[in-house]
Formats: sequence, C-alpha cells, structure tokens
Amino acid sequence: MRYAMVIDTLKCVGCSDCVVACQTENDVPHGYCRDWITETVDGSYPNLDLELKSERCNHCDNAPCVRCCPTGASHIVDGGIVLVTENECIGCGACIESCPYDARYQHPDGYVDKCTFCHHRLEKGQLPACVSVCPTKCMYFGDLDNPNSEVSQLLKNRKHKTLAPEAGTNPHVFYLI
Amino acid sequence: MQEELFTSGRNIPHIDPSLQIWHWPISTYLFLGGLAAGILFFAALFYVLGKEKQYPTAVKLATVISPIALSLGLIALLYDLTHKFYAWQLYTTFRIESPMSWGAWVLLIVTPLSFLWVFSYYSEIFPKWENKLQLLTKFKFLKTFELFLIKNRKYMAYALIPLTLVLGVYTGILLSAFNARPLWNNAILGPLFLVSGLSTGAAAIILLSKTTAEKHMFGKIDLVLIIVELALIVHMLMGMYAGSQVQLEAMQLLVNGEFTLMFFGFVVILGLIVPAILELIELIGYKVPVIVPALLVLLGGLIFRFVMVEAGQLTRFLY
Repeated sequence: MRYAMVIDTLKCVGCSDCVVACQTENDVPHGYCRDWITETVDGSYPNLDLELKSERCNHCDNAPCVRCCPTGASHIVDGGIVLVTENECIGCGACIESCPYDARYQHPDGYVDKCTFCHHRLEKGQLPACVSVCPTKCMYFGDLDNPNSEVSQLLKNRKHKTLAPEAGTNPHVFYLI
Repeated sequence: MQEELFTSGRNIPHIDPSLQIWHWPISTYLFLGGLAAGILFFAALFYVLGKEKQYPTAVKLATVISPIALSLGLIALLYDLTHKFYAWQLYTTFRIESPMSWGAWVLLIVTPLSFLWVFSYYSEIFPKWENKLQLLTKFKFLKTFELFLIKNRKYMAYALIPLTLVLGVYTGILLSAFNARPLWNNAILGPLFLVSGLSTGAAAIILLSKTTAEKHMFGKIDLVLIIVELALIVHMLMGMYAGSQVQLEAMQLLVNGEFTLMFFGFVVILGLIVPAILELIELIGYKVPVIVPALLVLLGGLIFRFVMVEAGQLTRFLY
C-alpha cells in the first residue's frame, strides 16, 4: 500500500475549494492552512504560460522532516503517510526548516501541524476532504502499489512532474502537465 | 522570467513569516554552545596534558563561563520551543539521524559536567568567597563531594574532550542537515562551527588570563584557529560557487546581497582578519591590548551565527 495524490494542473481552476474543505474538515485554526493554491506564470509577454495547482505535504518516501525530528513525533505510517504525534512534538521547528515544500506550520497550541492525507477519513474508506470536494474533479487519490488503480493508470498514461525532485525526497503528490 | 503568485496559503499572515521560524534564541544558543564547548575543551585538554599550573586561567577560571553560557543557551532553546511542556520527550528516545537528538543528549551530559568541573575548582577559583561563606567547612558532604570530584577530575577531562568536540560540531551539523536550506546544506558547516567555537573559547581565555605566557599561548592557538576558520569559509564559498542554482543563489546572499556587509565586514574582516593581524603583531613583540582582538573574535563569532541562521532561512528550493 502506497498512497499518492495526482493533481491535474490542466483541469485545476484555482478555486480554493480544497483549501476551505481542508480547513473545515481538520479544524485548521484561522489564518493557517494545510493546503494552498499556487498560480505560476512562466515565459515573457506575450507568450505566457499559466499553471494553477493545489499544493500540500508531499508525504515523501525520504522525508527530511522525519529524519530531523529529535523525538520521533514525525513518523511514517502504513501507506507512506507522514504524520505528527501532537504530544510527542516539542515545537522545535526542525521539521519546518527541513521541508523543501514549506508544508508545515506551528499550530497556535504549540505543536507542528500539516496535511495528513485525511488519515482519519481514509480509515473509514473515504477520500481526503480536498479530493472529495474538488468541483473540476482534478484531484485523484489512491494506491500506487496497485497497478490498476486510477492514480497508477494516470501516471502511466499522462505526462507528469513532482515538486523539487532534486531535493531527493521522492515526493508522492504528482502533477499532470 | 519566472513570476510566482500565491492566491492562497503563503500570503496569509502567520504562514509566510512563520516559515522563517528560527531567530535570535537559536543564533545565541549556537554561539554560547560553541563558546562553552571551546572553553571546556581547552580546560580538559590542558588538564590531561598536565599543564594545570602553567595555564591556570584555561583550566580553572575561564571554565566558570561554561556552565553560565550553557544554562543561558538552554534557557534560550527552551524559550524557542513552542510546545515547551513536552520538552522531556527529547529524552524518551535517541534518534541517530537527528542532529538535534544528538545535541540534546550531549548537552544532558556536558552541562552537569561543566558545573562539576567548576565546583571541583571552587575553593581555588573563589578563595575569598570560601573564606567568607565557609561552605566547605560548614557542610561536610560538600567537602566530601569536592574531594571525590578532585580525585576523579582525570575521568571528567577524558570524557569532556570528545563530548565538547561533539557539542561544537553538532552546532554546525544541526543546520547542515537541512537540505531544504541550501545555504546550510554543506558538509563544511560542522567543522566550521567547531573551529569558530574553539576560537571564541580561546579568545575568552585570553580575555580572563593574567599571565603573559598564557596570553601568548592562547594567542598562538587562536591565530591558528582563525587561519583554519578563514580557510574553511573559503572552502564553503567555493563549494557553493561550484554548486547548483540554489547554492549559487544562497552564496549571493553572502557575497553580493543583503548579508554581505554583515558577513564580510563584521565576521570576516573585523571578526577574523583584524584580530589575526593584531595577535600576530602582539606575538612579534609589539604592545597590543589583547582585550581588543579577543573581543573582536567573540563578537565576530556571535554575528557569524546570526548571519548563518537568518540568511539560511531565506534560501530554498525553487519550483
């Protein structure tokens, strides 16, 4: 079992529904977020290229946050999901400094918080909140170890990329381009 | 041209500034940790070499700084934690891949050892206090404890030499382990912070020393350390110059950016080159008040930590 998320940048309209769904589902404190939308403009006028995408923790295989954590609060569970145990976290910030994606933040209560791929929903057989609400259905979630899963098929058939692969983290959020 | 605009997330208050989450407590601690490690290293080394009488400041008086510096450093670290009441979680596990875990455990051993070392010399360092307070005569167990420590000083010294080296190196490796911050992510940062820590330790000993022979000895040691440190800084910049785009941009912060004045002006020139020249002139035989190079080295070491901590957090992967 290896969970992964695939996001179609050609279908994303940047509506931020995924951001709001996550904030609601996970009770994210006001002013913070576990996922966000980026809008990237490349090229020089008049040949511009616009890319919209929803970003979050990449649940890396080689997770620098897990490596740097001095207490083991950051850990990897079945399915390759990176989680933080709140009452083991001391709030030192090492994981925040180590993340190339800036995917973590310090919760007002002190511990470090981030995307969990909605682990609590997966346990009930539901999709992550962001995926389930996407109005353009540009987000896909599933098991990479299963070659017949929707995400495996998409990655097999479509051109895709990951963010900062040169960081050597082996991220598991893929973007179709 | 690449232009990036965040329509959500990073332009929200609390998110964007909090990505730069390490500030003065961390820089101050890295300086104090290096300083304490440097002083204790020289104390233990010269004790083992049997030079206690020759270099009394290094072995005895200057070590008073270490427990104070370590305590202040630990308070700064604790202050910086956002989930403070769970700090004990550090000591429920040892994570071999996490430099911070190494540091936590080394500090747990070095900090009490620094207090014990100073206590074993208490009546020699503060004879006036002892005459007035008569602590050792009033409380028999303190005297017994002091005698026990004096008898085992050799073992404390043998333990302190490797432990202080680990402490000194770890202050650099703590930063270099983060590959997400290209300025920090170079292998030379560990040795560089160690040498810088030893150099500030030697400077503190010079500052407190009363005999010319001792001042000269530590002037020579400091001079060598400064030259090594300059060489390591050149290596660090060369490594980044030959590196990838993210490292080139990280180097720009130091050589041609907002930290250039701080780095070259205060760290390299005022903190290393000027004190090296002054110490050299002094060794040749001219009269130079040693307090000047010693203070410059200490100040340079402090500013160096601030520059590295603040500048490092401005560097990141580009995507």
